[in-house]
Amino acid sequence: MPTVSMTVNGSHVTKEVEGRTLLVDFLRQQLSLTGTHVGCDTSQCGACVVHLNGKSVKSCTLLACQAEGAEVTTIEGLASDGELHPMQAAFKEHHALQCGFCTPGMIMSAVDLLQNNASPSETEIREWLEGNFCRCTGYHNIVKAVQAASQGS
Amino acid sequence: MYNFNYHRPLSVDEAVALAGGAPEGRLLAGGQTLIPTLKQRLANPTDLIDLGEIAELKQLSTEADGGTLVVGAMCSHASVAASDMVRAAIPALAHLADGIGDAQVRNLGTIGGSIANNDPAADYPAALVGLGASVRSNHREIAAEEFFTGMFETALEPAEVISSVAFPVPSKAGYAKFANPASRYAIVGVFVSQGGDGVRVAVTGAGPSVFRVPAMEQALASNFSADALEGIAVDAGALNADLHASAEYRAHLVGVMAKRAVAAAG
Repeated sequence: MPTVSMTVNGSHVTKEVEGRTLLVDFLRQQLSLTGTHVGCDTSQCGACVVHLNGKSVKSCTLLACQAEGAEVTTIEGLASDGELHPMQAAFKEHHALQCGFCTPGMIMSAVDLLQNNASPSETEIREWLEGNFCRCTGYHNIVKAVQAASQGS
Repeated sequence: MYNFNYHRPLSVDEAVALAGGAPEGRLLAGGQTLIPTLKQRLANPTDLIDLGEIAELKQLSTEADGGTLVVGAMCSHASVAASDMVRAAIPALAHLADGIGDAQVRNLGTIGGSIANNDPAADYPAALVGLGASVRSNHREIAAEEFFTGMFETALEPAEVISSVAFPVPSKAGYAKFANPASRYAIVGVFVSQGGDGVRVAVTGAGPSVFRVPAMEQALASNFSADALEGIAVDAGALNADLHASAEYRAHLVGVMAKRAVAAAG
């Protein structure tokens, strides 16, 4: 079996995987990082979004082997020193979750948005989040939270 | 997903050798179509050759004093959309790349993967044909119109690797699509350009593969304005029909999107 090495949330990991192992399965099953969710498993819903070298990607549509040598950040890697990441804090403050299943992917996607566009308009936020579904349809508060995070409040 | 042997070559030559030497090798670009296909067990390659580590395939450059824009096959849609070089040379191409799929798909999906797959509803084929681009591979250069040969079919030979796409820089160009609201694939997309070789109008999403509309090109050659397209009908006979749109509706949309593309070109 191939061996894959990458940095996940700041820690270097090396594991044996099958060629067909998806990154999301590698994270969840081999590293026990179950914060990254599998929703649709068809690249649509965005529950599995993680950062690959700083950019948001759908980890259900990426082989673990493709992440060889990469820096991967999952929802577990956002908080530091016991402090929530500002985006996590904004989601909490604005109650931007109902059942919470989509939340990790929403947050990872939203963090990437602000890296590209520090003060997005509401339209830009909604367009960026096209690849993330909230089946509770809780979009309004999600958009409010992203706006708040972008304004640093 | 069936299992396969995974390879990660560092050069195009190595990738060609691996693909040619495998019983059934498949090249993996961004994987945004191939990996879902593998997951559904619709493909069963013995070997998967990942092009993701080949630096020479990720370059963006200009040639011929800025008259040609060369986009490396492994440039992601996001990188094309965000590139100052692309935005300056062919803003319509950056706009097209920015409208593919969603942000996460754009971060992984590549121009080379898109055109090699030649999905009838993909955006890039319209840009290649609409700009008179050529596809460069490891051993030849293929004009876009000869590259796209049919639904999910191209002129690529087994184990041939696309290295880049060379786009002549037009004086003006525009792209407009009527997107599927879920997937953002083009139900109909029209790319128009005006340049040294005259006017081109290329349509994706409507037929089995990208095609040009000569009647529209002639009308725009004498008057490059949306009004010039008034009354030019497209035959629905050969167009696609599915749950999203009938052939007649697609024929109508070709006219509407062509006008919007001309308006966007300015």
